[in-house]
Amino acid sequence: MSSRKLACVRTGRDAAAAAVEIGGLVKRYGRTAAVDGLSLTAASGAVTGILGPNGAGKTTTIEICEGYRRPDAGAVRVLGLDPIRDARVLRPRVGVMLQSGGIPPSVSPADYLRLLSRFHASPIDPAALLDLVGLAPVARTPYKRLSGGQQQRLSLAAAVIGRPELVFLDEPTAGMDPQARHATWELITRLRAAGVSVILTTHFMEEAERLCDHVAIIDHGALVAAGTPGQLTGTVGQLRFRAEPGLETDALLAALPPASAAKESPAGHYVIEVPGAVDPPLLAAVTAWCAERGVLANSLRIESRTLEDVFLELTGKELRA
Amino acid sequence: MTAAADAAGAAPVFAPAPGAAPLYRMIAAQAGLELRTLLRNGEQLLLTLVIPLLLLAAFSLEPLVNFATGMSRADFLTPGIIALAVMSTAFTSQAIATGFERRYGVLKRLGATPLSRPGLITSKTATVVTVELLQGVLIIAVALGVGWRPSASPAAIVTAPLLIVLGTAAFSGLGLLMAGTLRAEATLAAANLVYIVLLGVGGVVFPLTRFPAAARPLLELLPTGALSTGLRAVLQHGIVLPVGNTVTLAVWALMAIALAMRLFRWE
Repeated sequence: MSSRKLACVRTGRDAAAAAVEIGGLVKRYGRTAAVDGLSLTAASGAVTGILGPNGAGKTTTIEICEGYRRPDAGAVRVLGLDPIRDARVLRPRVGVMLQSGGIPPSVSPADYLRLLSRFHASPIDPAALLDLVGLAPVARTPYKRLSGGQQQRLSLAAAVIGRPELVFLDEPTAGMDPQARHATWELITRLRAAGVSVILTTHFMEEAERLCDHVAIIDHGALVAAGTPGQLTGTVGQLRFRAEPGLETDALLAALPPASAAKESPAGHYVIEVPGAVDPPLLAAVTAWCAERGVLANSLRIESRTLEDVFLELTGKELRA
Repeated sequence: MTAAADAAGAAPVFAPAPGAAPLYRMIAAQAGLELRTLLRNGEQLLLTLVIPLLLLAAFSLEPLVNFATGMSRADFLTPGIIALAVMSTAFTSQAIATGFERRYGVLKRLGATPLSRPGLITSKTATVVTVELLQGVLIIAVALGVGWRPSASPAAIVTAPLLIVLGTAAFSGLGLLMAGTLRAEATLAAANLVYIVLLGVGGVVFPLTRFPAAARPLLELLPTGALSTGLRAVLQHGIVLPVGNTVTLAVWALMAIALAMRLFRWE
């Protein structure tokens, strides 16, 4: 019996119900729609990533789910309940990590977690949790004197101390150094293993690829793609190599299956993309073509697109506000 | 607790077990943290304890102001200093603390915890009352030391606290109204300015009788003037209940709390 099933029994929760269901969500600020007809579902017990450029509507969406904002249109169900009308029931069951702030500057991690632990029926022991997020050495340091990454970890600890069923993490690893980021990833993995549903936003595609069971890419307040990271990245295979600049890629393409693409970007870096995955005949065709021309293909690699490639393809490369 | 322990079959540390604590425990925890934060903050202590006690001691012992009220200096000052203490805690200190809590997102974050907004307001009130009790003990001790001799009817045991409760409600409403509508820096400046002005014209150390006759009824309509005058009537003149001052404070309390409830913005 998995620990996730155990958790379901313990909380009497219907495992089949989605953690979050959003349908046709609209939120306007003045004349601009921050969220414009967004629909997505986050499965119970899974880690769901909401990705999107700045201003795509990620934080607005999360804050509507947290009950901070009232939608202008559409339906939002969190653990099957209404985030505003059922707030009293939801608050103990849902953990929240805001994008920034929320903790009094003069209060220490130990005092803050002790406070939050007193709000809950069966909280995690504050000292154990401080240890877990690596804040034990600064347990008595005022919040304002913690580093950015330490502040983020305290905020994360505050989101989970009440042993919630569902946590919303708005950019949980922003401002963290690599060590803290990896520790946070491990903690999120353990949340998932314990049966907690996690909804997070992030700008780090590597983070989403590693952590998320499911990702939703949103832009201009609407869903542009959703699926497992594998589904999103696995549709195109890539073969990359380096060689002298200025090879005739058109001639190369003629030797490859139809629907392939080849480009040189930047100079001397060649990328060949094919639908699906790179297969042995394609590899043979490329190396044969190179051999005919006496070209040595350096650093030859076969890979699928990264989530970052997919993200940039879907949301464009222009800078956002 | 390690991942190995998780795998060994012990209940994982993060296994969901949600539930709110009893309301009284949440309120006690929140008020306790607020109280410790206040008592560690030098500026807040200056405002709520040092200034009232210094004014009481200095003006009682030295004839810095000619009160010309026919009362001893300590007898005149003590009710005014109690009014000042109530204002400093319920209004100035609470407005500044809450204004910065709002600015730092503390109120927003607390909104996502099981502590409800009425629970949070109750915590803040408990903090204010606790500080007032501490102020009361110290002020009475110093006042008796400098020769304060109250001359009150037995009913003062009820009516003096009643005035203080009404004053606390009025000042809290005004402080939260300010903190919930202005930027934190504006609240800091305005709350301190109001404190200084009402210290001057609220019958705290300067008798209202020294102001022009036309101004006096108006000054008694301000919450500080109503509280200091009312307390002086109860504590020094043996009046059971100064009706005008009591009504004034009740009206301020109702108006300020109603406005704060309507206009307070949590983020």
